[in-house]
Amino acid sequence: MSNVILEVRELTTKWVTRFKEDIYAVDHVSLKVEEGKSLGIAGESGCGKSTLALSLMGYYFPPLHYVSGEIIIDGQNITGMKPDDIRKSILGTEISYIPQSAMNALNPTQKVISFIEDVVQAHDPYKTKQEIYELARSCFETLGLPASVLQQYPVELSGGMKQRTVIATSVILFPKILIADEPSSALDVTSQKMVIKMLKNLMENGFIKSLIFITHELPLLYNVTDDIMVMYAGQIVEGGSAKQVVFDPLHPYAKGLMGSIIVPEQGQRNVKLTAIPGVPPNLKKPPAGCRFAERCKYVRPDCKVAPVPLYSANGGRAYRCILSEETLRAAYLREAQRDAS
Amino acid sequence: MRHTIQQVFRSGKFVVGFFILVAMLLIVIVYPLIVTYPPLQIISQGTFFPPGIYVNVYDSIGSTRYTLNLENAAANRIASKLSNNDRHAMKDWLVAAGIPENEIDINDTEQLLGLWKGNYDPRVNIAGMTNAQRNYYIRLNNSLQGLLSTEAVIIAARNADIGALQEAGVINPSDYVNVNQVPNVRVLPLGTNSFGRDVLTELVKATAVSLQIGFVAGTIATLIGLTLGLLAGYIGGLVDDIIMFFTNLFTVIPTIVLLILISFSIGQEKRGAFTIAVVIGFTSWVWTARAVRAQVISLRNRDHVNLSKLSGHSVAHIILTDILPYIASYVVMALILQISTAILAEAGLSILGLGPKTTEVPTLGLMLNWALIYQAPILGKWWAYLPVILTIVLVTFSMNLMNTGLDQVFNPTLRE
Amino acid sequence: MPAERKVCLSGSGLTKVFGFGRRKTVAVDHVDFSFYEGELVSIVGESGSGKTTFAKMLLGLLKPTEGEIYFQGKKRDISTQKKRKEYWKNIQAIFQDPYSSYNIFRKIDTVLLDCIHMRGGRGLPRAKKLEMMEEACSFVNLKFEELTNKYPFELSGGQMQRLMIARVFLLKPKILLADEPTSMIDACSRATILDELMQLRDEIGMTIIFITHDIGLAYYVSDTVYIMERGRFVEHGSADEVILRPKGAYTRRLISDVPKIYEEWDLSTV
Repeated sequence: MSNVILEVRELTTKWVTRFKEDIYAVDHVSLKVEEGKSLGIAGESGCGKSTLALSLMGYYFPPLHYVSGEIIIDGQNITGMKPDDIRKSILGTEISYIPQSAMNALNPTQKVISFIEDVVQAHDPYKTKQEIYELARSCFETLGLPASVLQQYPVELSGGMKQRTVIATSVILFPKILIADEPSSALDVTSQKMVIKMLKNLMENGFIKSLIFITHELPLLYNVTDDIMVMYAGQIVEGGSAKQVVFDPLHPYAKGLMGSIIVPEQGQRNVKLTAIPGVPPNLKKPPAGCRFAERCKYVRPDCKVAPVPLYSANGGRAYRCILSEETLRAAYLREAQRDAS
Repeated sequence: MRHTIQQVFRSGKFVVGFFILVAMLLIVIVYPLIVTYPPLQIISQGTFFPPGIYVNVYDSIGSTRYTLNLENAAANRIASKLSNNDRHAMKDWLVAAGIPENEIDINDTEQLLGLWKGNYDPRVNIAGMTNAQRNYYIRLNNSLQGLLSTEAVIIAARNADIGALQEAGVINPSDYVNVNQVPNVRVLPLGTNSFGRDVLTELVKATAVSLQIGFVAGTIATLIGLTLGLLAGYIGGLVDDIIMFFTNLFTVIPTIVLLILISFSIGQEKRGAFTIAVVIGFTSWVWTARAVRAQVISLRNRDHVNLSKLSGHSVAHIILTDILPYIASYVVMALILQISTAILAEAGLSILGLGPKTTEVPTLGLMLNWALIYQAPILGKWWAYLPVILTIVLVTFSMNLMNTGLDQVFNPTLRE
Repeated sequence: MPAERKVCLSGSGLTKVFGFGRRKTVAVDHVDFSFYEGELVSIVGESGSGKTTFAKMLLGLLKPTEGEIYFQGKKRDISTQKKRKEYWKNIQAIFQDPYSSYNIFRKIDTVLLDCIHMRGGRGLPRAKKLEMMEEACSFVNLKFEELTNKYPFELSGGQMQRLMIARVFLLKPKILLADEPTSMIDACSRATILDELMQLRDEIGMTIIFITHDIGLAYYVSDTVYIMERGRFVEHGSADEVILRPKGAYTRRLISDVPKIYEEWDLSTV
């Protein structure tokens, strides 16, 4: 049993709208990331995956509010800590976060190095500029970025380069875990590949111990992370290793999601894409039972009665459906046969 | 549409501003129906009568008299008659006569009179007092005796037959008339002004005229700005260049200078309120045009406009249905701002003496102009200018408040 | 695919230059192309490659700086509003962002009515118009009764995009230009949109020009693929040919950079 870097138990957070309505965008989410492992979180827009990323830092500011649950980073429980303490002693050193538009964090009037100085000195005010420069240079070189970037202004860099600069800066204090929320969606495919390569490098070179990667692009997720969890309407509906989730999903929603993957590979022109009718439920008034019931092909009357717990399945997997593993697999098989004929 | 209006009325700022404006409009409409005097009628002989209720003396003599025995009537009468100078003179005499200074309170009429009655003696010679001063004290004492006397005042009338005065009536100190029974009473809540006109009636009329000027000028400015902005923004190219050339030309000339020059060249005789409104309207469309153009440029490349083109709609149809509704909220806000700016511009022009000619209608600016010319601020006649300033402030404040409220509704970045 | 391929839309030396002097940008640089009737052509390019500018020139929303476009063999003439209207009866579009494609002040009925009027149905009796709108909506699995008196923004992104298809169904153009029609909607709704597009193509036999940055999607839907790089077409051919056996260096790099699932995704190439 290796060291658990991040453990989240039954975390619930909510957004409060202007009209004082509560939206539970993260609803009793539990997850565990071990040292040297990476976890991917997949889901469509509005499923709560970005809210989960924000919530994992333990740093809440209105309109996002903490409701219940625990976050434990490398044995240290950070729930209930003061926001200021979290900012000073957790963010950047224990846990780091990169949003989709991270590249916009660079101040256009400052050189990259002064941005890095700000970041480092916020945590260690006694570090000299020379020390910081050395630290940044070695970090950049290890990650395959030219050291000359440090002396440039953000406008002189391309979007992909800026994004990689911010990622390198975010790990300069060697956080234990990095949360990357769609770090490459705004980039073209080549820059995206560079970002992905860099994220893999971070783990290999020991800058970070674990990675949480959030995206809606499943082929990307499959190539980056060891494990994948699928979110739907604020809940985890499926969890397992990347191979299991992509090629053998259990939950009907995950099945549909995986069926919508399109890749430019031999034979992929003739597969039938899955379409799921309907729209996700309104999280202001979530349904009483299974949240996917309205759109599910295999829905049964008892689906809509009570909330469905997350069941464990063989091979360390989890899924949120009242049907058994065998029933689901049999149903999927029947469908595949019908499509083939 | 209905939803938008609901949203607008949920904004506190807008509602407060709207309420103030509607209240003013109501007053401006209802007041002339109740008080039907011509607003520019000169009623007072003399200037700057202080605010108050004016009761006709002639009529009050003839009215039914009631006797009221009120305790402090005499004291009040004397208190109001005894000037501050007299009080100080009395105190000086008393101190000279040996009364300790700290025992004399000149504000306490009763005590002062008591001391005076007890100690004053015209025969007492005070060292250093001139003859004239002594005579002054004797006169003062006599008039005090007259005030204190309880004797009635006799009213005499000339007998038509013999031409001699005959007693016509007696007015006792305890006689009262009921104001409601006096036929001629005029309430002047804000007194009269430099021309002897009722300030309140004039103010209401002036507010109405100023608001009209604001609406006319604001509408003209917004219409010009909107049309030019739409054409420049949507058609672009050479049309845009020409329109923007004139807009930039107008932008660099300060509006107030332009206004002064135009007003001056029109000449005093030809400047009516409407003329001034048109002049203001024609000089203040610039910013609306620029802002509308910018908005239209960002809209004209939107997909819904492209789709409308693909549906074969004409340019006029696209401008009216696909562009105008999107900038409508902005235009309404610009209109409100233009109205309040126009009211201020009129006030500025009129203070300089370049407003509408003075003989027909009052405006808020003209009232300030008159107050300044006749030195109301120096003479301390606050009622001639302070209510006018407050009205201007209230009108522009309410409109700016409405504007901020609308901005909060329409501009998502300002939402709470 | 018909045996004898007729060119539907073609162009030669099509160029668009924005700005002038030092700030000159060549968005589309002397491209030649011919799209055949009934074909589904994909134009693939990264952001900034000029594919949207190209699309707008095809639609007649932008005037080309240079070059000619030929529609059904004849030189395209859209010099007057009347001729433009005639041209737009033959070419229609679906845009990327459904949320900004609709005028938020107009109801769904008027959107569909516009299409009927465009095809000369202005004088039809009201009942007939209603019937046509109902038919169009049911074609894309939307219920017309639920849509009357509603505004487009009350629908979900996927439904809005389907309404766009219903619009095209009513207009029955020869060419449909779909500019990233699925990039703003959820993966689960994507299949429905694509299915309905294909169905529509079979129903009215039109040419679809599909513009996308998603190589996987282009491979999945298209017969022919054009690869665009900085305003030029660098490679074109059948989907299998271009995607599975790319010739050009740019195309090869582009395809190798797309994450794969069944094959090994080689990270060492960047």
